[in-house]
Amino acid sequence: MEKWDDNKAWFLVLPVFLVVAFSAIIPLMTVVNYSVQDIMAPGQGIFVGPEWYREVLHDPRLHEAFLRQLIYSFTVLAIEIPLGIAVALTLPSKGWKVSACLVLLALPLLIPWNVVGTIWVVFSRPDIGLAGVTINELLGIPYNYTADPMDSWLTVVIMDIWHWTPLVVLLCYAGLQAIPEAYYQAAKIDGASRWAVFRFIQLPKMRGVLMIAVLLRFMDSFMIYTEPFVLTGGGPGNSTTFLSQFLTKMAIGQFDLGPAAAFSLIYFLVILLLSYIFYTVITNLGKGVAK
Amino acid sequence: MARIVLDDLAHSYRPHPAGPDDYALKRIDTVWEDGGAYALLGPSGCGKTTLLNIISGLLIPSQGRVLYDETDVTRLPPEKRNIAQVFQFPVLYDTMTVRENLSFPLRNRGVSPSDTATRVMEVAQALDLVAVLDAKASGLSADAKQKISLGRGLVRSDVAAILFDEPLTVIDPHLKWQLRRKLKEIHDRFKLTLIYVTHDQVEAMTFADQVVVMYDGEIVQIGTPQDLFENPEHTFVGYFIGSPGMNLLPVTMDGEAALTGSSRIPLTPALAGKARAAAAAGAKLELGIRPMYLGLEDAGVDYGVAARINLVEDQGDCRIVTVSMGDVTVKARVPEGRAIPSQEARAVFPPEWTRIFADGRLLK
Repeated sequence: MEKWDDNKAWFLVLPVFLVVAFSAIIPLMTVVNYSVQDIMAPGQGIFVGPEWYREVLHDPRLHEAFLRQLIYSFTVLAIEIPLGIAVALTLPSKGWKVSACLVLLALPLLIPWNVVGTIWVVFSRPDIGLAGVTINELLGIPYNYTADPMDSWLTVVIMDIWHWTPLVVLLCYAGLQAIPEAYYQAAKIDGASRWAVFRFIQLPKMRGVLMIAVLLRFMDSFMIYTEPFVLTGGGPGNSTTFLSQFLTKMAIGQFDLGPAAAFSLIYFLVILLLSYIFYTVITNLGKGVAK
Repeated sequence: MARIVLDDLAHSYRPHPAGPDDYALKRIDTVWEDGGAYALLGPSGCGKTTLLNIISGLLIPSQGRVLYDETDVTRLPPEKRNIAQVFQFPVLYDTMTVRENLSFPLRNRGVSPSDTATRVMEVAQALDLVAVLDAKASGLSADAKQKISLGRGLVRSDVAAILFDEPLTVIDPHLKWQLRRKLKEIHDRFKLTLIYVTHDQVEAMTFADQVVVMYDGEIVQIGTPQDLFENPEHTFVGYFIGSPGMNLLPVTMDGEAALTGSSRIPLTPALAGKARAAAAAGAKLELGIRPMYLGLEDAGVDYGVAARINLVEDQGDCRIVTVSMGDVTVKARVPEGRAIPSQEARAVFPPEWTRIFADGRLLK
């Protein structure tokens, strides 16, 4: 075929460039702009180069928040993914019960995030909350999420599990429903145990949806802000101050726009990097096993 | 190795079947011999897969029994029966290698690793899978995957029968015949009972010693491919087998001949007698003739039935001629090289190839 000298086809991609520019690149560039300047007043900035990056990266409070965030995200993933799979496996596969279960499960997902926080405030308060009173009075275990860091951690984690496990369940359930009946029939004929069916049919077939579940849950939990803000406000002390909250305090509480911008970019790159690692690990998981 | 007895089977997917229409399988009562290659042939929805699933134990029939030799297995789950099944599309354990896939049924049954290895190697050789034994099963082509599915059945030394549910659906046409030949080879070598479900008559005819034709939940005929072609016991078999299918004309009797419209078609005296008796008993009569036996002669001859040529389709090795006789049309298959009358012609029905069906059943 003759080669075409005319490159007009590039114009067809132009709308996408524009959309991406206005939705992602330009806003991001303002952040980049802030991150290399010291802003005195609107319109008055001094170029400081990598100064803010250096400062942010050496801030011990940030290191603590980062570690806290990692522990939080991994705890939440380690509980929600297996729990979600387990619940999805026990769901009925046909009949009216399916709709009933799915609607019940989806309810937490439909609640606005700050309302989720408020619900758990009311639920957990040691003086009036159903859970708070039950644990303190009936079980006799001292529990106060506003005073004890351990208690507040537990509450935040359990709240996240309550809020987001249904998402994992729904995704896994969709993955399970997509497995053709013949696989189960073949496994029966081959004499496979229940565990073997899970290990060699259900789990491999769920790999795609599990990857989505892990990525979504990781990114969301790594950026969590609203619910702990409403529930604990980051306290007691800084014990539940995660990265987003740390950032907000820096940017809005203290108006350190330069360091906050530098930190935003680092935050963004960290999430990008970790998501990429998850993606690569999960896609290669199946290939590695059989070797 | 087993002889499979289907004793008065019927199955309905409804919990409380009311009439015969609620039954997916109406009444099946037949014996399949040990080591035979059977094809279950019929259109979609005729109950082939239901019957197959009852034999494999994936379904428990509403009534009747399934016997393997003398043992009643009607209520045994699939893993307790000595059968293997190959499904319409390849069913593999994606994360395993070919070797692990083939070993899986043996491992589940607690066979020792050394026996498993020997057996897997033997089967891999028979199926030409030795070269890919250590490859991941998920990366192979569709025909190799189907061979692995088959291999998972063959490795078990206790397997009595292998059931195939349209196994060549996803295979490329040029590989189909290779795989089918492989199946024949396997059949000769392992002496297994093979049951093969298909809606493709060519597949059924080339694979099986005995073709079981099903229609609307019933077995209408079991026979060799030749039997089905020459002596269809049911109008459905006549119509379904052969391309184009048997010509079927509604007729009434008049002495020694069958009448369709104003055309008289002579029958053998014996057949005419039976047809008259059936007509007297109130049966609806149909005359059947295979297109290849229907002769076409010039309008001048003094035998046959007046006919008009409508359409000639050249199929390469033969021509299919559509002919109208009064208000009925029939098809004739004329070999290449024989002249076809241009317009007016005489259609000749050789009595030895002319069949009469009473209410759909062949008169013999």
